[in-house]
Order: sequence, then C-alpha cells, then structure tokens
Amino acid sequence: MSYFGNIYRGIKTLLTGMSVTGKYFLTSRKGAITQQYPDNRDTLKMFDRFRGEVVMPHDEVNEHRCTGCQKCEIACPNGSIEIIWDRQVDPETGKKKKMIDQHIYHLGMCTMCGLCIEACPTDAIKWAQNFENSVYDRSYLTKVLNKPGSKVKAGIED
Amino acid sequence: MNITLSITKNIHNWLFSIMPEGIASIAEMVLIAVVYLAIFAVAGLYLVLLERKVAAWFQLRIGPNRVGYWGLLQTMADALKLVSKELTGTVKADKFLYNLAPYFVIVTALMALAVFPFTQEFQAFDINIGVLFLLAISSIGVIGILLGGWSSNNKFALIGAMRSGVQTISYELSVGLSILTMVLISGSLQLSEIVEVQKNGWLIVQGHIPAVIAFMIFMIAGTAETNRAPFDLVEAESELGAGFHTEYSGMKFAYFFLAEFINMFIIAAIGTTLFFGGWLSPFGITESIPWLGVFWFVGKTLILVFLMMWFRWTFPRLRIDQLLTLEWKYLLPLNLLNIVLMALIVWLNLTIQF
Ligand code: SF4
Ligand code: SF4
Repeated sequence: MSYFGNIYRGIKTLLTGMSVTGKYFLTSRKGAITQQYPDNRDTLKMFDRFRGEVVMPHDEVNEHRCTGCQKCEIACPNGSIEIIWDRQVDPETGKKKKMIDQHIYHLGMCTMCGLCIEACPTDAIKWAQNFENSVYDRSYLTKVLNKPGSKVKAGIED
Repeated sequence: MNITLSITKNIHNWLFSIMPEGIASIAEMVLIAVVYLAIFAVAGLYLVLLERKVAAWFQLRIGPNRVGYWGLLQTMADALKLVSKELTGTVKADKFLYNLAPYFVIVTALMALAVFPFTQEFQAFDINIGVLFLLAISSIGVIGILLGGWSSNNKFALIGAMRSGVQTISYELSVGLSILTMVLISGSLQLSEIVEVQKNGWLIVQGHIPAVIAFMIFMIAGTAETNRAPFDLVEAESELGAGFHTEYSGMKFAYFFLAEFINMFIIAAIGTTLFFGGWLSPFGITESIPWLGVFWFVGKTLILVFLMMWFRWTFPRLRIDQLLTLEWKYLLPLNLLNIVLMALIVWLNLTIQF
C-alpha cells in the first residue's frame, strides 16, 4: 500500500538526512572551516580559486604578456578596465605597432566576475588571492597593472 | 488553599513561623515565582547559546567564542544589548495589543514550567490535572503570537501570525492525542503520579511499540508547536522578514525569542516526563540520592532538546500544504490507530513491567 510505503520512505529519508548531519556534527571539531582571521593573519592562505583582485604578472626582466588588444576592456560589464595605448615603433622590427601605455584597473568598481580574465587571449591577467584590500581613500583603488618601464614579452603576438 | 507548594520544607516552615498564614503563602508563591523566573531566564539564554554552538558544529563552524571563555557570556551580552535598545513600533499599530502580545507568550511559557517535577518534591505546583494544564497553557501562547502579528499592522507579521494559527491548531491535536496515548498507560494526569508509575520501567519501554510511535509523533508535533524549523513558516526569514515579530525590537523581541527557547525546553520536558521517566535514573542507580533527580531530568531534557536542534539543522522548511498534509493525512490517523493499539495493549496486559 502506497500510504504506508510513503510513511516508510519518509522516515527512511529523514533518518538518512539526520545521519549525514550527525556525521558532520561528530567530525566538526577536527575540520571546522572557520578562519579566525585577525588571529591567524600570518599563516592564513586563501584558496586557489579565491578572487581577490585582478593582477598582471611580470617576469624577472619586467616583461608582461599584455598586447593591448583591449578585449578585457570590452568584456568588462561595468567599465572597470581602461587601457591607454599608443602606436609606437617597435625597435626590433622597425614597424609601427599597438602597445599599452597604462592598463588601468578600478578595483573599487570591479565585481570580481572574472570576464576580463576569460576574455584575455594571451593570459596576461589573472586572479590574485590577497584579501586585505581596504584603504583610506578610494583613489588608492585605481591601479595601474603594468609596472613602469615594462614591455610586452617577445613572441606573444604571434 | 490546597495548592501543594513543596519545594523546600525549611523555607516553608520558616516563612510560616514569622508571618500569618495568608501572607506567608503569598510570600512563598512570590518567592518561588522569582526563583523560577531567574533560573529560567538564565537557562533560556544558555539554551540560545547551546543552539548557536550546536548549529555551528553541524555546519562545520566554530560558533560564538569571543565573549568570555568559550563564548559563554555571549548570550548574556546579547541580552544586555537588547535591554538597552529602543522599543520601536509602527505608527498605526494597535498599541495596547501590540504591547500585550509578548507578555502572553512569555508568561504562558513560564507558567507551564511550574508543573514539572524536577525531582522528588521539587515541583512548584503539583496539580492533579497536570497534563491537561500543560496542554491548555501551551495553547494560550499562540494567542500572543496572533495578537502580535495582527496588532503590529504589518503584512509579513500578519501572514506569519495566520500561519502560526493554522499550524498550532492543527498540531495541538497531535500533541494532545500522543499525550493521551501515554495517559492511557500511565492512568493518571498528575505529572508526579506519572513519574511514580515509571518506577517499573520507563513508559517508552512499558508501552513498547505504541509508545515509540507516540514518541515519534509527539516529537514531530512538538517541534511544530514551538514553531521551529522545519516547521518555521511562522517566521520564515527568507519569505517574511521575521514573521510575527517583524515589528518588535529590544526587550519585547527578546521575550518572543526567550519564549521560543523555553517552549522548546517545555516540549522536551514533557517528553522526558511522559516517555523517559522524568527524574528517575536509569535502572534506579541513584535512587538513594533524590536530588540527583534534577541532574537526570535536565540531562534527559537536554538530549531531547538536542534532538530538536538536530531536526532544525537537517531538514528543509515545509510548505504550508505539506505541513497540513503531514498533520491531517498522516499524523492524525496514525495517532488514532495508535490510541486503539495502546488501549488494546493496556487492556490485554501486554505492557512490559520490570
Ligand atoms: S573581473 Fe569583471 S568587473 Fe572586474 S575588471 Fe574583470 S570584467 Fe571587469
Ligand atoms: S590584458 Fe589581455 S585582454 Fe586586456 S588588453 Fe592585455 S592582452 Fe588584451
């Protein structure tokens, strides 16, 4: 009879649920996921997938991978990225070529959606895991991602 | 006056020796009321803390651990904060009823505590219809909720209060019938008498199958009665703000909050008294030391309270039609069958006695 079948199934599923949470309850002392933040400030490391802010990695010789294609600027839904670029003569080939002057990133407007990072064809920008982003004035939140004097790594555009 | 105030004979005799009889009994009642009030206000606060800790452990968190050692003073601090807060209200609220509602809820919750035998002789009010009194008192609480929801002139509060009305009236039936099942086997409505009966084995053992069914129904209906998850549509945060107490702040909110926890304690205490032998120790191991009864009583009650917390942090909230289906299509018919079964078992003497 399905009436009693329902009761049986109901009780069974409820008990299954309670055993799951019960197991969590018993093991909670070992694996609490709470970070007691200011206390463990020195040792706290964020997860790999944590989205702190957008950064542009540079290698040892101060070269980045950004070609100035502006795809990230277009992809950003709220205009957090501005690229100031220029056509300059490439010293190696002697041809004129598009190069970034400043890759400006407004952390204060960013919603951490990640679309710019998806859009970048050369993987020039990525997520950093830092989380102490508070400052005393919002103008500090506007950052220039490419370091002064840096240039694009050779061969990226090919 | 045939009220038996049997908490401590010494104070009783002392009071009667220094005062005329009438004044002495009034003084005694006031004294007991104050003691109960103090104990249960603090106990309620610590139940809140326990709930928060247990919730944290269920969710792999740590829970309050900053105020005092291990967070032990957290709820005290919360209560202090609530006392110091402004009492706000809506402009077109029905002021009289609005102010009255929290007292309905908290007073009934505290009144129900009077009839529990915490241990031998430790009972404020040993009334011979104790179980009936509990049922009657616990259904007054819902009036407070209805009044609060109605008078605060807020649609969320009103919806919450109406849901509470539906829910409490339906589930009152199941609580009543499952208690009735146990009254069949204990043969008395007086709580101290019911505990006395269980000296030959706790009622859940004596009544075996129907008692276990009655206990399950009682726990489900009792959880619904206290408006806790999974039956918390009354204050469903995601739908109604805070339900019937949306417009309350400060101490009045604290009354509702405290009443919820005291009600939870009461449901667990009824469960302990009716099914698990009240203050009796398992197998009578500490029978010679009567005051240890308090320990057993509170211990068993806390286990049942923990069970209700376990429900709360496991099950998702029911929809209103599911709630009513559960009550009217499942719990109620099962309960009626169960009563017949229990009657048969008592009639044919199939109970297990030690
Ligand atoms: S993460 Fe999103 S919002 Fe932030 S800069 Fe990139 S695209 Fe814009
Ligand atoms: S960061 Fe990537 S997408 Fe943005 S301009 Fe540079 S290369 Fe293009």
